Amino acid sequence: MSNEWIEVGNLNDIPQLGARVVNAPDGDIAVFRTADDSVFALRDECPHKQGPLSQGIVHGDRVTCPLHDWKINLDSGSAVAPDVGCAASYPIKMDGEIIFLSLTPNEDCPNHD
Amino acid sequence: MKEKLIVIGNGMAGMRTVEEILKLDTEAYDITVFGAEPYGNYNRIMLSPVLAGDKTIEEIMINDEQWYVDNDITLHKGKTIVDIDRKARKVIVDDGSEHEYDRLLIATGSNPFIIPLPGHDLDGVIAFRDINDVDMMIDAAKNHQHAVVIGGGLLGLEAANGLMQQGMKVTVLHLMDTLMERQMDSVAGKMLRKSLEERGMEILMPASTKEIVGDGHVEKVVLEDGREIEASIVVMAVGIRPNIELAEKVGIHCERGIVVNDTMQTFDPRVYSVGECVQHRGETYGLVAPLFEMAKVCANHLVQHGIALYEGSVTSTKLKVTGIDLFSAGDFTGDEDTEELVFQDASRGVYRKLVLADNKVKGAVMYGDTIDGSWYFDLMRDETDVSDFREKILFGQSHLGDSGHGDENRIAMMADTAEICGCNGISKGDIVNSININKLLTLEEVRAHTKASSSCGSCTGLVESLLAHTVGGDYSVAPHLKPICACTEHTHDEIRGAIKTNELKSIRATMDFMEWNTPDGCSKCRPALNYYVMCQYPEAGSDDSQSRFINERAHANIQKDATYSVIPRMWGGGTTPTELRAIADVADKYEVKTVHVTGGQRIALYGLTKQELPQVWGELNEAGLVSGHAYGKALRTVKTCVGKEWCRFGTQDSTQLGIDLEKMTWGSWTPHKYKMAASGCPRNCAEATIKDFGVVCVDSGYELHVGGNGGIKVRVTDLLCTVKTADEVLEYAAAFMQIYREEAHYLERTAPWIERVGLAYVKEHIVDDKDNRKVLAARFHFAQSFAQDDPWEARAKGAEKHEFESMKQLNA
Repeated sequence: MSNEWIEVGNLNDIPQLGARVVNAPDGDIAVFRTADDSVFALRDECPHKQGPLSQGIVHGDRVTCPLHDWKINLDSGSAVAPDVGCAASYPIKMDGEIIFLSLTPNEDCPNHD
Repeated sequence: MKEKLIVIGNGMAGMRTVEEILKLDTEAYDITVFGAEPYGNYNRIMLSPVLAGDKTIEEIMINDEQWYVDNDITLHKGKTIVDIDRKARKVIVDDGSEHEYDRLLIATGSNPFIIPLPGHDLDGVIAFRDINDVDMMIDAAKNHQHAVVIGGGLLGLEAANGLMQQGMKVTVLHLMDTLMERQMDSVAGKMLRKSLEERGMEILMPASTKEIVGDGHVEKVVLEDGREIEASIVVMAVGIRPNIELAEKVGIHCERGIVVNDTMQTFDPRVYSVGECVQHRGETYGLVAPLFEMAKVCANHLVQHGIALYEGSVTSTKLKVTGIDLFSAGDFTGDEDTEELVFQDASRGVYRKLVLADNKVKGAVMYGDTIDGSWYFDLMRDETDVSDFREKILFGQSHLGDSGHGDENRIAMMADTAEICGCNGISKGDIVNSININKLLTLEEVRAHTKASSSCGSCTGLVESLLAHTVGGDYSVAPHLKPICACTEHTHDEIRGAIKTNELKSIRATMDFMEWNTPDGCSKCRPALNYYVMCQYPEAGSDDSQSRFINERAHANIQKDATYSVIPRMWGGGTTPTELRAIADVADKYEVKTVHVTGGQRIALYGLTKQELPQVWGELNEAGLVSGHAYGKALRTVKTCVGKEWCRFGTQDSTQLGIDLEKMTWGSWTPHKYKMAASGCPRNCAEATIKDFGVVCVDSGYELHVGGNGGIKVRVTDLLCTVKTADEVLEYAAAFMQIYREEAHYLERTAPWIERVGLAYVKEHIVDDKDNRKVLAARFHFAQSFAQDDPWEARAKGAEKHEFESMKQLNA
C-alpha cells in the first residue's frame, strides 16, 4: 500500500486548531487542521519522549506537545529550534473536503526510520 | 523589492536590534552594517574579564563574520560613516562610497571621556573602551611596571584589577572620597576599598590630577597637592559620553544624546537610534540591559508591527572583579520619605542595605554576598509590597522557605555536577557550558537552550544567578513588565483590563483588539485568554476547548504513556460502599493497572485509554460519582478530618463544613489549581495551613487561612481572620476565591499572588469591606450557576465525541 492515497475522513471531522488520530498498522498518525483549514499529518509521537502530538495545542502551523512543551512544525515534523528532532510527516491530499492520506512518510526527516 | 536598512555601528545595541528584526521578519529588509572596529560583534561588557585573563576575545564574540553571511547581512567593518544626506537618504563612507537607505539606525554607542589635562595626548594615555585598548594594556603590562588608573568608578576599578592580574603595580586616583560613589554608599565603598587594597591595589582619594608628565611617552602623574606617581601607562576611566558627533553634524536633534521617543525614533522619522548614544526621556544609559530593551522595541517598529513602547529602564550594577561581589540598584541613598534596612557583618565582609518607601524596595546596595541581588531587583521592579516578610528580607530569599533550594544558594561554590533544574535534570555545568558556547545572555535564552527553569520554575532564581555569575553582572534581565508571551507586548493585567473595559467576549476579539502579532496565539497565551474571558463573562459561553490544555479538554490527566487517569470527586474526602463498589467494578472491567489513593483524599484509576473514558465515566455516574476536576486549573479537593462527630478533640463539624465548601465551589475554574481543607481542631490533621483556603476550627468559631500551598515551594498560609459561624465561612470562601479568580495572573497560585499584592490588600477587600465581600461572593455564585455541570455526564452521553474517538481505523 506504499503510494496509495487512503481516504481518512472529512475536513469537518477535525476541529479547527485541533487534531484527530488515524490508527494505522504501524502506529497512530495525527491529522491536524489549522485555522486556515490546512491539513497536515505527523506520526503521533513527539521526537522528545514520544508524547502524543495529536493531544497538543495547535497554533499557527505548529503544535505544542502536551508532555514537555516541545513545539513541532506541522509541515515538516521538525522540532522548533533550539530543540532538535523530527516526527515523520505524511503526505495529505485534499479532494474538496475529503482528506486523503499516504502511509509513505515524506523523506525530509533524516533521524526517523 | 525589499527596503534597505543601514545600521551605523556594529556594537551590541545595533546588532541586538538586527537580531530582533530577524526574529520577527527575515524578509523585512536588506541590511547593511557599518562598523568602525575591524571585528564582528563582541560583548563589550566582557572586556574586563579579557583584560584580567579570565576570558579570551573569541569567547566574547557574539556574532562572528559567518553570522553576517548566514543572515544575508552586508558588513563593512573598519569603515566609518562621515556624513548622511538625509534628503537623498544616503550615507557617505570615509572611502568616498555612498549607500542609499529607506530606514537608518544609528547605534554609535559612546566614547570614553578624556579629561583635557596637560599631557592627556602623550603616548601611553589610553581609555578603556574597546579591544584595541585592551590590547594596548596587555602590551604595556609586558614591558612596564607601574600603571595609573584615573577614575575609581566601575570601569576604572575593573581596568585596575585587570592590569594587576597582568602583573602591573596599579594606583587608582579617584576624585571623590567613596569608590564607585554612583553605585555605592560610603560603608560599602569602604569595604570595597579594603578588599582591593588587600589585593595590592593602591588607592588615592580624594585625588585630583593636575597633569600628566612625560617626554613623548607618559612618565608620571602629578596631583594638585603636589604628589607625584610614577606611571608608564595611564588609563582614563572617568566616564563615557554618548557618541553624537555624526547625528549632530547632520542636524538630527541631540541634547546629551540623540533624542528619541518611546519608539526609538529620532526627530527624523526615517532615522532610529538605540544604545548608549541615545537620550530617552532625559536619561542616557551605559549598561547592557536597557540596550536590549531598546533593541526589542526598535525592531518591533522597524518591521512595522508598531505596538511596542520603551518606557525607560531600571538598572542594576555588579562589579566584574573575581572574588569581589557587590551589587547596587535603584535609589540607594534615600531621602526623608524613605526608610533604611541595614545588615552588616564586618568580620565576614558582608553588608546589605535596602531603601524602602511605602514598604516597597526603592534601592539596594550589597557587598560581599550578592546572591540575593536579583531577588531584590525583582522586588524593586515589580514594586512588590514587602510588609509580610519585612523582618526577614535582609536575610535573603532562602529565608522565606525556599524549600529544597535554600542551602544551595551559594552558586559560585556549587560543583559543576550539582543539579540546578530538578525537573529536567540539568546540572550547573550543563547551564554554564550552554551559556558559554551559545553566548546566552537572557533567562529566556537559557530556558530555550537548556530547558532549565522552563518547567516548574522553582529554580529560576538559581538560573538567573548562574547567568549573572557566568556572563557578568550586566546580563539582560526581563523587561520591567513581562508580556504574557511572545505573541503580544501586553501584560496579564493589561489584557484583563482590556477584556473588562472593552467587553471582549472571546479569544478572537481579545487578540484582534490587543493586536496580537501571531495569527492564533500560542500554547501559552490561548489558555490564559480563554480563562480571562470566561472569568469575566461567565454567561457568554465563550469556552474554547481547542485553547485548553489536553487535560482540561479531555477532562482527565494525560500520563507519560499517553493514557489517562480518572479521579472521581469524593465530597469532603468521604465515600460510600456503593461508590467504592462502582470504582472497583470499573477497575476490574477496564483492567486498570494502578489504583492509587491521592493526597486529596480520593481514589485515582491509572492507565485508561482515551477511548475508554466516556464509558468509564458513564459507569461511575450511575453510582453518583462525578468529575473530581483533578486535571484542571480548578477547584480540586476539600480535605477534611472527621471533626467533632468522632474525634475526641474536635471542636466543630469540620467534615460537613468541608462537604458544604466543596458543594459550593466545585466546577469553578481558577487561574491555577485551587485546594481547600477544613480541620476540626488546631491539631490540623487536614493540613489546612498549606492550602489555598483553609479552615481551622476552634472552640469559639473558625480561623480562615489563605495563600498556602505544598508542592514546589511550601508556603504556610496567612491568617485572614476568625469568624463565628459556618455561614460566614462559606461567604468568605466564595469572596476570596472570586477575588483570586478575578485578579491573579493565569498560572499564578494564591501563594505567589498574595506575596505580590500583599495580605493587607486582601484583608482590606474581603475582611474590612463587608459590602465588597458580599458583592464578590455574589459574583462567584453567578459564575457557578454556569459552571456546575458534570462534564463527565455530558461526555458519557455522547458530547464531544470527536475528542475521544479516532477518525479512522486502518487495518494491516
